[in-house]
Amino acid sequence: MNAAIREPNDATVESEATPANLDVLHGSILYLEGITVSFDGFRALNDLSLYIERGELRCIIGPNGAGKSTMMDVVTGKTRPDLGSAFFDRNTNLLALSEPEIVKAGIGRKFQKPTVFEQLPVFVNLELAMRADKGVWATLFARLSGEQRDRIDAVLETIGLLESRHRRAGALSHGQKQWLEIGMLLMQEPQLMLVDEPVAGMTHQETERTAELLVSLAGERSVVVVEHDMEFVRSIARRVTVLHEGHVLAEGDMDAVQNDQKVIEVYLGA
Amino acid sequence: MLATLRARLSLPDVAVLGILAALAIAVPLLNLVTPHDSALHMSTFTVTLLGKYLCYALLALAVDLVWGYCGILSLGHGAFFALGGYAMGMYLMRQIGDRGVYGNPLLPDFMVFLNWPALPWYWWGSSSFVFAMTLVVVVPALLALVFGWFAFRSRVTGVYLSIITQAMTYALLLAFFRNEMGFGGNNGLTDFKELLGFSLHADATRVALFVITAGFLGLAYVGCRAISASRFGRIVVAIRDAEDRARFLGYRVEYFKTWIFVVSAILAAIAGALYVPQIGIINPGEFAPLTSIELVIWVAIGGRGTLYGAILGAVLVNFAKTQFTGILPEAWLFVLGALFVFVTLFLPSGIVGLGRRWAPEEAS
Repeated sequence: MNAAIREPNDATVESEATPANLDVLHGSILYLEGITVSFDGFRALNDLSLYIERGELRCIIGPNGAGKSTMMDVVTGKTRPDLGSAFFDRNTNLLALSEPEIVKAGIGRKFQKPTVFEQLPVFVNLELAMRADKGVWATLFARLSGEQRDRIDAVLETIGLLESRHRRAGALSHGQKQWLEIGMLLMQEPQLMLVDEPVAGMTHQETERTAELLVSLAGERSVVVVEHDMEFVRSIARRVTVLHEGHVLAEGDMDAVQNDQKVIEVYLGA
Repeated sequence: MLATLRARLSLPDVAVLGILAALAIAVPLLNLVTPHDSALHMSTFTVTLLGKYLCYALLALAVDLVWGYCGILSLGHGAFFALGGYAMGMYLMRQIGDRGVYGNPLLPDFMVFLNWPALPWYWWGSSSFVFAMTLVVVVPALLALVFGWFAFRSRVTGVYLSIITQAMTYALLLAFFRNEMGFGGNNGLTDFKELLGFSLHADATRVALFVITAGFLGLAYVGCRAISASRFGRIVVAIRDAEDRARFLGYRVEYFKTWIFVVSAILAAIAGALYVPQIGIINPGEFAPLTSIELVIWVAIGGRGTLYGAILGAVLVNFAKTQFTGILPEAWLFVLGALFVFVTLFLPSGIVGLGRRWAPEEAS
């Protein structure tokens, strides 16, 4: 399934983007350049270049198959690109790190389908997500400090699940699971949060609350949201990137993007 | 870990440990102290039978740890049990000394029979109890480490993993059947006389072995509960339910799986080592794929992911097996199969799931 692993530096030669001239991109937290991923000849990402600023809230939209999820797979180490380079926080080469190492570096990911530990209570879901030593021996003897409990409580408050702390995560509503997963991201204290379709299947009120939550999270950290719901995107985004057939079609504020002729053709409909 | 453990010992945990303690006291009294003609006297046969059930219970505990908690459906745990048994068997063979049929002070009978001139290198040191007990733990642990590491690192999961564990135990079955392997071929190792100088045929030795088995089972139970009650225990459950999520929270899933697989293999091996001196034989039959499947059924019937369910399942099924094979030996496998189907369809959390249905679910 995974694309063949190749030396990521192949691409830097072609695209002239070497780590040395990263300083040009002062303030970028995520830097993707010339990323290409093929699955059996199908190019899921085609020479994709994308830069996320520190503290930014960015929305990424695009029709099905535009490569949105594959882009997240590349950033989180699930898929290795055939070509291109990916840097985090200016000098961390993401393509050289394993998935847990990328998490440790400060990138958190929420899956498209809400993925929480259904058999475990809400509180434990957050406990396991907490930034801590995640080695085997450390976890065998780990105990929660008062400070860590407070931190979990604070996150429970943020995601509105304080009352449900002892409930099994599997018993939560769909929207609550989405929030729990966002809460799990927060427990990791990431610098960059990748959030895949956070409002899919949510009611109108839940969507509004999620919008508020994500807007409040940006600033301290960078948030990248992939979403189909245009109304939602309009309500939160300052900057929107449109992906199409694996590369960036347009980028700018929502109005500019919506009035872009290419975007209207491929995505928003004529 | 221990502090949390005290708070987390539930009622069934206390019951398991209480019953084991009661057995460890009652069995010696009933067998050794109560006169033979008393109605309360427990025969040595029964003592050995109970000891066998407890060995199986320890083995079931090992399976529950990997399957019930971590979702690794190992259909090859009989291999670790058998390897532990063989390591103990090697020591017991050497204890026979020159009292074998051929009277060779160094070589076990089967080697004399095969005209082997000397002890093969892997039998060296097996006359030392301490060394043999080290082998009991180290050999299965190494196998589990190597096997687990490669399987889990390559993210082999689900039914594929189950199949390769079956292949592992089958390969060992074939190897141990060969005389050239040096473990007695299809006859295995048997005709043991003594353990640490104590006759294996003496009632007192049988009773002592039973008490030691109960002790190991109790210790293993507390150890497994400590693991399941720790954050590590919650992480393996998390891995069982959503492996990708755990990985993207920064856990090295393969480390956790390998660790718990190795611990489980060691428990299975200890069960095997305790089983062999009580039963008096170890042969390649223990490696049979069917044996490994059977012990997964015990755990399923008792109720997985609870520890006490595994013990209950192992004891109940084996008790039923003893009874049934006395009456209608040919029908046993059908009964076992029917039980498994029934439990899968109607009692997905096993017999202990029945009890828990009435009790309110507690937050772990």
